[in-house]
Amino acid sequence: MAERIAEHPILGVLEKGALVKFTFDGKEVEGYEGEPIAAALKAAGLMVHRYTKKEHKPRGIFCAIGRCTDCVMVVDGVPNVRTCITPLKAGMKVQTQYGVGAEPFEKQ
Amino acid sequence: MNSVNDRLRDIGEFVPAPDDDMLICRCEEITKGEIRKAVHEGMWTLTEIRRYLRTGMGLCQGQTCAKLVKGIVARELGVSPAELEPATSRAPMRPIEMRIFANEAKEGEKNE
Amino acid sequence: MKRYDLIVVGAGPSGLSAAIEAAKRGLKVVVFDENEKPGGQLFKQIHKFFGSKEHRAKVRGFVIGEQLLAEADEAGVQVVLNATVVGLYQDKEIVVRIGEEIRHYKGDAVIIATGAAENMVTFPGWTLPGVIGAGAAQTMMNLHGVRPGKKVLMLGSGNVGLVVSFQLMQCGCEVVALVDAAPRVGGYGVHAAKVARTGVPFYLSHTIVKAEGDECVTGVTIAEVDSSFQFIPGTEKHFDVDTICLAVGLSPMSQLLKMAGCEMEDNPKRGGQVPICDEYGRTSLPGVFVAGDVSGIEEASSAMIEGRMAGIAAAEYLGYIEKEELETELTSLEKALDGLRQGMFAPKNRGKAIEKTEEGIDISTSLLKNGYIADDEIERFPGVTHRVGIHPVMECTQNIPCNPCQDACPKGCISIGANITSLPIVVEGAECMNCGMCVASCSGQAIFLVDEDCGDGTATVTIPYEFLPLPEAGTKGSALGRNGKKVCEAEVVSVKSVKAFDKTNLLTMRVPKEFAMKARFFKEEAAI
Repeated sequence: MAERIAEHPILGVLEKGALVKFTFDGKEVEGYEGEPIAAALKAAGLMVHRYTKKEHKPRGIFCAIGRCTDCVMVVDGVPNVRTCITPLKAGMKVQTQYGVGAEPFEKQ
Repeated sequence: MNSVNDRLRDIGEFVPAPDDDMLICRCEEITKGEIRKAVHEGMWTLTEIRRYLRTGMGLCQGQTCAKLVKGIVARELGVSPAELEPATSRAPMRPIEMRIFANEAKEGEKNE
Repeated sequence: MKRYDLIVVGAGPSGLSAAIEAAKRGLKVVVFDENEKPGGQLFKQIHKFFGSKEHRAKVRGFVIGEQLLAEADEAGVQVVLNATVVGLYQDKEIVVRIGEEIRHYKGDAVIIATGAAENMVTFPGWTLPGVIGAGAAQTMMNLHGVRPGKKVLMLGSGNVGLVVSFQLMQCGCEVVALVDAAPRVGGYGVHAAKVARTGVPFYLSHTIVKAEGDECVTGVTIAEVDSSFQFIPGTEKHFDVDTICLAVGLSPMSQLLKMAGCEMEDNPKRGGQVPICDEYGRTSLPGVFVAGDVSGIEEASSAMIEGRMAGIAAAEYLGYIEKEELETELTSLEKALDGLRQGMFAPKNRGKAIEKTEEGIDISTSLLKNGYIADDEIERFPGVTHRVGIHPVMECTQNIPCNPCQDACPKGCISIGANITSLPIVVEGAECMNCGMCVASCSGQAIFLVDEDCGDGTATVTIPYEFLPLPEAGTKGSALGRNGKKVCEAEVVSVKSVKAFDKTNLLTMRVPKEFAMKARFFKEEAAI
């Protein structure tokens, strides 16, 4: 996980929760329990969280504090979950959101 | 009457611009051109624009685009953004599911 | 409906400070914050703060956050997290979402300390994944330990853009360019200088033409703009980046106040839509106070003082203290606040192009245009002197409210004087003992210890160094000038890290003596 900061010159080594597994569009991904889902995805190099309803354009993290709602995804079957402020739990089912659902547009 | 409310004032025709397809409201996917056009169609206040186009009515409730929309409308009207009344602020301030918004906590229960 | 003496909305620096002061005076206080953790943006601030001792200068932001939380706890402040205030109604009724429920509370007084939201700019591709706010970058790297990207372009040369650029490099990202449409660097020169000397090029009078990429950012094109901010054809420059970071200002998050019916104004000097309030945060609604960025964009140090003022004013409003106590307390806080609002970057000077320092010295034009002081400009500043043996060289060239350096030197080598914004001067006759405290205590990382002539044709330069890995003694590399370009070969003599330096390591390098006043950063060979 090259995107993780192993040791920070000021903050040292960050305390993290347990390393857990979750799924992103069915694929197994690892992250730390309690960190935002978006942080775990970013650390795994996954940038696209959703495709917009009208233009079908990709979106990802933008504000990272739960305000812009660009990073919403379908989490455990619930759409519009702000992944930047929703803590990761083991076994979570995280899916790319297409419009307002987890079904790709061609199947909608 | 100030220039924002003087609807008899001539602001000219809508003139297409090369950046009209620039997305402004990220949630509702509204472009700069749509906003500019709306002004020429008579939507001079931010509240009208909001109701007409749904700018700032999406999931984020205008957190990102409010200032951008204000700037575009002001420029189209030829006024300073400070002269434009911001859109009405009302509850809920953040996106919230209806089932929660309607779920009033009972008095005297936990967390009280 | 549950009642409190005081309800504070927002557990950032101003909200917590307000709650602490009110609770200390006997009020029953609750603070609601929508976030999972308290402290607002303080825990993302890893640099040392400016100001003087009373403003907690040279303490890092996240440490101030910890101190505030401990004080709040001690004062008996109740902080409710994950509590989103969704409405503020007549008679100070507050509606809060907590978990899956909506709760109603009534405050005899209410302090709104909701802070600010980031401004954004538009350009083709601005919605692509990889275009992020500067706050998002800070959140990811400093709270969650995840790098925002590998190669980053920063838009915005205000303090946020400068500080976040430095932080990006501290966590191992490459900042390929710092870009601003304005013709001058907006933030503190010292923040710009510490970024520029690592080799980040500054592009003033430039802005983003477009972000490139299909699924996410793969590159960016910038171009120069003329005085009316129109692109100048033929000036386009391309960078391969995976991240574009936007730091283009903040706007007060004042919607709750507008909803409650406070008189508002659109004041560009305060960052946008703000409540009309007096200096103690009293709004047009009796018992509704404001503090911090929501009433005008400044920074965390002044937000904390404003918070304390509002907390004390609320205590007086509810009769917990007498008017005399209010006046005494507020007078001293006002003085502290006034201290922070001095100098070139004071709110009253916003938008003014200042040409000379308070001392009458010409401001470095290179600093404003390129982010670094040119070699032929540096000698005119009073902190830059020459003498035999090791001595401090203070490249502090703008009047900002900050003075920890003068207390740092046990030998009294450095003086700022009574006026907190004065440029530091080297005191005649005082002997430097090479302890390094001045280097480590300068929040702007603008102090260097230089021995211009070691007697063998070499000189030593000690620089503040907050990066990993720390080079070992004997490491060979390049000395970079203020402009981030290589000036000569250099060898690391020592790297000192003691507790009192608070994570600012002191790297001493040996360079040929003619580069003593030019070498200001060290880069290992392999890294070039």
